[in-house]
Amino acid sequence: MTAPIEIRELRKAFGDLEVLRGIDFRVETGEVVCVIGPSGSGKSTLLRCINLLEEPTSGTIFVGGVELTDPDVDIDAVRRRIGMVFQQFNLFPHLTATENLTIAQRRVLGRGRREAEAVAAENLERVGLVAKAHAYPSQLSGGQQQRVAIARSLAMGPELMLFDEPTSALDPELVGDVLGVMRGLARDGMTMIVVTHEMSFAREVADRVAFIDDGVILEEGPPERVVGAPSHERTRSFLARILDPAAAEVREEA
Amino acid sequence: MAMTTRPRRLTRRQRARAFRAVQYAVLAAAVLAFVLVANWERIGDAFFDTAVIREMFPEVLTTALKNTVLYTLCAFAFGFVLGLVIALMRLSPVAAYRALATVYVEFFRGVPALLVLIAFGYGIPVALNTEVPGGVLGTITVALGLVAAAYMAETFRAGIQAVPRGQMEAARSLGMSHTRAMVSIVIPQAFRIILPPLTNELILLTKDSSLVYLLGVTLPTRELAKFGRDALNQYVSMTPILVAGLAYLIITVPLGILVRRLESRQAEAR
Repeated sequence: MTAPIEIRELRKAFGDLEVLRGIDFRVETGEVVCVIGPSGSGKSTLLRCINLLEEPTSGTIFVGGVELTDPDVDIDAVRRRIGMVFQQFNLFPHLTATENLTIAQRRVLGRGRREAEAVAAENLERVGLVAKAHAYPSQLSGGQQQRVAIARSLAMGPELMLFDEPTSALDPELVGDVLGVMRGLARDGMTMIVVTHEMSFAREVADRVAFIDDGVILEEGPPERVVGAPSHERTRSFLARILDPAAAEVREEA
Repeated sequence: MAMTTRPRRLTRRQRARAFRAVQYAVLAAAVLAFVLVANWERIGDAFFDTAVIREMFPEVLTTALKNTVLYTLCAFAFGFVLGLVIALMRLSPVAAYRALATVYVEFFRGVPALLVLIAFGYGIPVALNTEVPGGVLGTITVALGLVAAAYMAETFRAGIQAVPRGQMEAARSLGMSHTRAMVSIVIPQAFRIILPPLTNELILLTKDSSLVYLLGVTLPTRELAKFGRDALNQYVSMTPILVAGLAYLIITVPLGILVRRLESRQAEAR
């Protein structure tokens, strides 16, 4: 059973630097939420807090009724239900695509080789890479690597997928394939939180867009409102620069 | 002639070529000088006495070479396991483990293997009133293993730290525990990185196994160096030294080839 994510009063500080300054955020089952915002605004940190790659300084996070911020929580068990896709793919370079997909199934879920390989094949097909089942990551393009990384997460049967700027490290012509896979996932009803700069994807696929600036959610709502007609000046200037980088003015650094 | 009047007009390439020609000439001259100066008759008698070589077989292989390999592998295995534990302690979030591991590495890296071996061969039996179990093999395994562990711990640590952080994060985000992620993801990658220095350690250890003579070995426990020296005294010929030296190469050269093979095979999966 999938269940919603609920975040209350989340704060995260690295030393003196407060990156998240009180985030309240809810994601319903089956919802696709895109998180946008300037670099350094805390959007990646927010995502990494949701599977405890970063430990929150204070606040509570619930995923599917389990409180992650409870010190006694079995974090490995919670993470099994949450897929994570990284900007740098982080495929295991010493394993083939199939092995990348089977190792956690076998070591964590205790599936047998046959079952794990069947699940792997199914998910490689889902991202259109059956032909690359026996290739090593170094033999794949960036876009292919990222699709294998998505398949690797899916093979664990997650209830929620987190994407941390999944297309930011890709050559522009490879972005489309990855976004296509993500679009398919959204269509299949996967609950997704996507940190991204791809505004066309946000507009088309997201149910909701949240704009984070300086550690707080400045505004959130349906994409046509947040991206199409933002109410805050900060959102407007951010979007202007994202959508037309060449037109952005150079400002004096604070 | 033109060259001598305007030597600075040599191009960079010409200069490099001229320099290399000089190097070859010096090398050739040195070899030639050696060939002319050396007394080949005496070298033949001293180093290639076929009667002595015949005498040394098959024991040089069946006893000496076998023991060298045995001592080396046992000490390496012991040092490998201990070194891995110490490396993980050095990377531990627990400060006491880190301190302990650092002290260990500094101590055993700084003390000559010779002294450690004497301590285990003669010191421990006096101090604890008991021998190290396993006799000569047990003693050299522990003593050389302890020293090798200090070096290998540093190698392991460097290797583990060279694996990008994202690998651990990806493994953890798939639900693996820290230990599982280390074993399945991080350490296998670290091994590829440290294969060359680890090979060095094994080769150094092969030669250090000659220190076993300090423990007082008997005929069946002699290894290559001791065997060679005993034969040297027995036959009053330098030939055994040559034979023993070649026997070491029988171990180390194929090892080097094997590791290069492994490396090139792994290059695919990178």
